[in-house]
Amino acid sequence: MSDEPLQPRDWSWHPASDFPAYRSTRLRAPRQPLIAIPEALRDTGGPAFGHDLIAETDADLIINSATAGESAIGERILIHGHLLDEAARPIPDALIEVWQANASGRYRHKRDGYQAALDPNFSGCGRCMTDSDGRYSFRTIRPGPYPWPNGGNDWRPAHIHFSIFGHQFAQRLITQMYFEGDPHIAICPILNAIADPRAVSQLVARLDMAHAVPMDLQAYRFDMVLRGPAATYFENRPEGA
Amino acid sequence: MAYDPARTTAPAATNLPEPIKETPSQTAGPFIHVGIMCATAGITPPFGTDLTTNRDLPAGEKITIEGRILDGEGAVATEAVIESWQADRAGSFARGIWRRAASDLETGIFRIETVKPGTAPDTGLAPHIALWIVARGLNNGLLTQLYFAEDDLTSDPILALVPEARRPTLIASGRDGTYCFDVHLQGPHETVFFDT
Repeated sequence: MSDEPLQPRDWSWHPASDFPAYRSTRLRAPRQPLIAIPEALRDTGGPAFGHDLIAETDADLIINSATAGESAIGERILIHGHLLDEAARPIPDALIEVWQANASGRYRHKRDGYQAALDPNFSGCGRCMTDSDGRYSFRTIRPGPYPWPNGGNDWRPAHIHFSIFGHQFAQRLITQMYFEGDPHIAICPILNAIADPRAVSQLVARLDMAHAVPMDLQAYRFDMVLRGPAATYFENRPEGA
Repeated sequence: MAYDPARTTAPAATNLPEPIKETPSQTAGPFIHVGIMCATAGITPPFGTDLTTNRDLPAGEKITIEGRILDGEGAVATEAVIESWQADRAGSFARGIWRRAASDLETGIFRIETVKPGTAPDTGLAPHIALWIVARGLNNGLLTQLYFAEDDLTSDPILALVPEARRPTLIASGRDGTYCFDVHLQGPHETVFFDT
């Protein structure tokens, strides 16, 4: 799996690199076209991470930075889903790292100067490995929306950043997960750099009552897909569809 | 809508389209360190292991890659993260080497300590290191490749795809084992970025 051919990325499904409404792209988006490396010349493989490197609490943002007996402030939620490739095959033993603002929309980062309060029991970092069926889950609190410097009155929708490793470095992906029903989604210049509304919808986690833990956690389902072999060779129906 | 008890236990549909597609990329933003290098963000790591440093380097010629990420006006990014992937000294990707580094929050300089890669004899490829760059303002991660000035690059089939005038953007010169590799996101010296 770490050296099988991958189909080319469909860049039309990804955000435009140069999207002036997101101001930071203006001086940072490359102007020259990408140069395609033929599949036969592509470097294969990628880093592997052992389950032994990750503790169970690493995936529990509610308590992984809290004083013993305390927990983070905010709506307690479970984020869970499958990690698949484009042939709809589960990707087991894949590293997923997440980061997010706290319930008031503030990051625990020395560079975040937003006046909203920090939560002493929340850092906003988590990580886990997918299991043998490609499943993952995190316990966390729902992050707050926040204003950001983009030249106007811009607010990020509530979101969680995901960094995902497949089994090949060429599958490497960083993305963001949003929440069903957030009115900021439609007015976010970062999300609007994605042209196809179905692609935007793919980044929106769905409320998942069946996986809520009564009197404890609300649940959201967020499935993710990394590059895979040419889809024409495989059935590619998402599980549960 | 009338109260319906079934709705309180209904499973969610998937967020994936049909046919399924790769999850769209989104920018790493300026606070990526929180998730992947939390000490850099000023966080006392809640994790017992550091995935970035918890990897021994295999045998080989020790080298350091040092560089900066510059925008179209020459301003230095101070919140970028760079990951590298390369073959070992024998050219094997099965024993490939992965590294991750952050631009310094003040100077913007990133530093990757690794060993010089080799190349498998049958490929015709010159030794190289892939660098994947994410930052605020980059909606998609950028992939480039570093080559070494002292190597014979004349027959490398990937460099052959690059217009000659742009090849120098991929070639690093070393001094005492340190190779400088500045990445220009735009401008007359815009670095070559690849699609693999």
